[in-house]
Amino acid sequence: MKKIYVNEKWCLGCHLCEYYCAFANSGESDMVKALKGIEIHPRIRIEERGNVSFAVSCRHCDEPLCVKSCISGALTEENGVISIDPEKCVGCYTCIMACPYGAVMPSENGAIQKCELCTKNAGGLPACVKGCPNKAIVFEERAV
Amino acid sequence: MRYVIIGNSAAAVGTIEGIRQVDGAGSITVISDEAYHTYSRPLISYLLCGKTTEERMKYRPDDFYEKNGVTLLLGRHVCAIRPEEKTVLLEDGEKIAYDKLMVATGSRPFIPPMEGLEMVKKRFTFMTLKDAKTLEAALTPKSRVLIVGAGLIGLKCAEGIHGRVGSIAVVDLADRILPSILDAEGSSIVQRLLEAKGIVFYLSDSVRQFLPERALLQSGKEIGFDVVVIAVGVRPNTELVAQAGGKVSRGIAASDCGETSLPDIYAAGDCCESYDITTGQNRILALLPNAYMQGEAAGIAMAGGEAHFKKAVPMNAIGFFGLHMITAGSYDGDAEVLQDSEGNYKKLVTKDGLLKGYILIGNVERAGIYTSLIREQTPLAAIDYQLIKEKPQLMAFSRKQRAEKLGGMRI
Amino acid sequence: MPIDFLYPEYEVVRNADRCIACRVCERQCANEVHFYDPENKRMMSDESKCVNCHRCVSLCPTRALKIVKTDHTFKENASWSGTNIAEIYRQAGSGGVLLSSMGNPKQYPIYWDHILINASQVTNPSIDPLREPMETKVFLGAKPSKIQRDDAGRLVNNLPPGLELQVPVMFSAMSYGSISYNAHESLARAATALGTFYNTGEGGLHEDFYQYGPHTIVQVASGRFGVHKAYLEAGAAIEIKMGQGAKPGIGGHLPGAKIVGDISKTRMIPEGSDAISPAPHHDIYSIEDLRQLVFSLKEATEYKKPVIVKIAAVHNVAAIASGIARSGADIIAIDGFRGGTGAAPTRIRDNVGIPIELALASVDERLRQEGIRNHVSLVIGGSIRNSADIVKAIALGADAVYIATSALLALGCHLCRNCHSGKCNWGIATQRPELVRRLNPDVGCQRLINLVTAWNHEIKEMMGGMGINSIEALRGNRLMLRGVGLNEKELEILGIKHAGE
Repeated sequence: MKKIYVNEKWCLGCHLCEYYCAFANSGESDMVKALKGIEIHPRIRIEERGNVSFAVSCRHCDEPLCVKSCISGALTEENGVISIDPEKCVGCYTCIMACPYGAVMPSENGAIQKCELCTKNAGGLPACVKGCPNKAIVFEERAV
Repeated sequence: MRYVIIGNSAAAVGTIEGIRQVDGAGSITVISDEAYHTYSRPLISYLLCGKTTEERMKYRPDDFYEKNGVTLLLGRHVCAIRPEEKTVLLEDGEKIAYDKLMVATGSRPFIPPMEGLEMVKKRFTFMTLKDAKTLEAALTPKSRVLIVGAGLIGLKCAEGIHGRVGSIAVVDLADRILPSILDAEGSSIVQRLLEAKGIVFYLSDSVRQFLPERALLQSGKEIGFDVVVIAVGVRPNTELVAQAGGKVSRGIAASDCGETSLPDIYAAGDCCESYDITTGQNRILALLPNAYMQGEAAGIAMAGGEAHFKKAVPMNAIGFFGLHMITAGSYDGDAEVLQDSEGNYKKLVTKDGLLKGYILIGNVERAGIYTSLIREQTPLAAIDYQLIKEKPQLMAFSRKQRAEKLGGMRI
Repeated sequence: MPIDFLYPEYEVVRNADRCIACRVCERQCANEVHFYDPENKRMMSDESKCVNCHRCVSLCPTRALKIVKTDHTFKENASWSGTNIAEIYRQAGSGGVLLSSMGNPKQYPIYWDHILINASQVTNPSIDPLREPMETKVFLGAKPSKIQRDDAGRLVNNLPPGLELQVPVMFSAMSYGSISYNAHESLARAATALGTFYNTGEGGLHEDFYQYGPHTIVQVASGRFGVHKAYLEAGAAIEIKMGQGAKPGIGGHLPGAKIVGDISKTRMIPEGSDAISPAPHHDIYSIEDLRQLVFSLKEATEYKKPVIVKIAAVHNVAAIASGIARSGADIIAIDGFRGGTGAAPTRIRDNVGIPIELALASVDERLRQEGIRNHVSLVIGGSIRNSADIVKAIALGADAVYIATSALLALGCHLCRNCHSGKCNWGIATQRPELVRRLNPDVGCQRLINLVTAWNHEIKEMMGGMGINSIEALRGNRLMLRGVGLNEKELEILGIKHAGE
């Protein structure tokens, strides 16, 4: 299946992916309205140090430790996409303990949040992929 | 193929999902003495404090059994396994035949002998949904609750009922709270928080005698109470396997794919042991993620597939009143403590060039990166340990390692 | 502190209502124009550093930015424009030669814009390129003047080596060093995909790009940087650079600061040493000398590769071209005065050379008159902005065109004309790794392919309109052109009639 992959070589550390992610998941139709004056909580995060930078978001693992570890059944895998049911999540953070990539994080409402490949918002190509100015983030099939 | 599963919690669900990855056709029968759709036991404290509901705490959706072709026998008790005829015997006399049997019987609260306990009317344990419901029914805003045990169960219970009772007192023989997951410093951080919430601790102490409405402690102190919750520990339910002749040490002995010493009988979850890679010992790891993964591996193996659960690591993610903590591994090794000005506590334990364990209190961001160092036994020499010590990050890995991790490398 | 006589040329206009302080402008500006004020939680800017490259504008996710030319003015008059005044202040401050980048920006006539293309009506019907075959393939190189047959009467292949182009467009010389590794990779891959050629310039050929050799023209210039046997053999053709449109009569200078790592290795000069290309080739003082170099290179490559001689369009270009056509060169490349550069003295760039349209027309005419037009192909460059310019160039007599500025624009260049600063925010004219990284060749290559493919479609449309289905039939077909607003002399040189005639 198609997943988001990050090519560190082309990452500019511009952080636009974070903003496009936050916007896509804001439910707003205007970016300014969605993001002006707030601290964003994106599901994709840039790590940077010196001249190296790269984005990290959920890998949608074939053997998802977060799903297997989830104590409430809030994290589920369907057609390769791992998603969170915020209604069921109690915010115990067992998934944060389990995820080897550090790609699961607390949301603003107590539940956790993670990349769901933009399947729950406007959809289509994930917003970070669409917004990346240098094709450092791609959405493609890869035999890994 | 007839699969029979005794138990209906995480290990059982793992087993069902494991079986169905390989065998879509065989019949699966689940027998449980609890009368509920599978639910998450650790959520009972969240239920009490209103963070979840009975509906939302279901561990799997309503159509789970139907979708997986599972026959449910709820509220039924298995009293024996007959390996020679490959049946299990129910209390009501019914026999259920199996080709492959999963014993996921879990554990039960351990109630040590305490003088006068049997005289206490409102005495409870805190493990099952039924426990939670009966406890809840007994609580009033004026209840003075005495919890015996300052471990995970006792303190989660305390948090769950906090705010809906008059007072909470916790007694423990140990000199600190949460001794199984925290070090002394960590314990005191959490204890201070809980005390600030009004919970009173009596540590290095125990109940000598329960008297009407008060408990007399070994130290001579007295605690007035009207509800007592016993949360001193659990014991694995190993009897069925032991009586059938299977090998049992602390828990049921099982291989990394769940096989017991009896043919075609498997075990998973809190009733059995797993191999802790951080200590190199077989021990009971009574943790939900562990139960699920053990169950899943066993399920796959039962259905003829190939699966091994080899990376068991003790780990806990827990929070009290918004203070989160994540701990993993063993603390036997060189410890390094990092504390920041905002009160976040971090302890990393290394040994033989590997990360063996950690404690994070407060900031638990990306803790899984540390967990994976333990689970994958990553040599710390191969990464930038100084960097990852500061905070969990993939930057600490080499470009190549990262390319593999993130799949960024075209292969 | 001395008085700064110069007022910033641009103003950064930030719409505070739209700015979400994501700081992408700050992170992406190598000139450090933007910065964040944590106290007031808003973005600020120091516009004195702005070069108007639009990196921030292009990446701003809420379109909160625009850059405008300041309306602050000197007290100008017809003679003393703001530019003239500012340049004096600058030189009075520095005592130095003014440096500029890209092509001549002055208001000289652009003849392309005074030439119109014909279309068929009624007779000689037009051709629909979507329904009928249309050929834009071009063969560059000397053409034999006679058909040869062997004793048995069979045709002898006496075609000298040449270049086969699927489109009449090549990417002209830009050295690795003046532009980045990723820019070179984009050009090399695009040329390969398009079935055309790119040109190494005088920077040598990076070992990674030998794989694109069949679509590479390797250049030999006055500094001879990066020239060795394998280099010559790697390319499909060899270009001797005698001159460059942006700076005719002078050499080149890549500062030692840019001679680092792979650039030093590729140029075969020590790290940190200035790469100075002399104004002349010190072994060429005559057409005969040039002929020696042409044949040295042919000899070195066993007469398997065509040799291009590139000159700047200057006053007596026709006579020079005539000489080159007799030197053994297979292709003459002429670079007009609007051609770009990574760095040139401003006075040279703005005042030396002649328009390529006039140079092309006169060279083609002269070679025809002398009966040697078939000895060489003509490639022109230095201001090709669109496909119509190409059609006009070919009708004026060119075989193909070179593009570079257009190609850089396709890669993201915004013509800020600060290549010489080495801080190209688009990852093109820079060697700083964090800036080079901004040009992903996967993206760059595709944009180049898109551009040339689009132009080729348009060329076919225009050819079809004229009832021409082969670009060979358009070459030198000046009847297809008419001038507007040109005087008699200009029309005479261009060899075209005025519109209405």
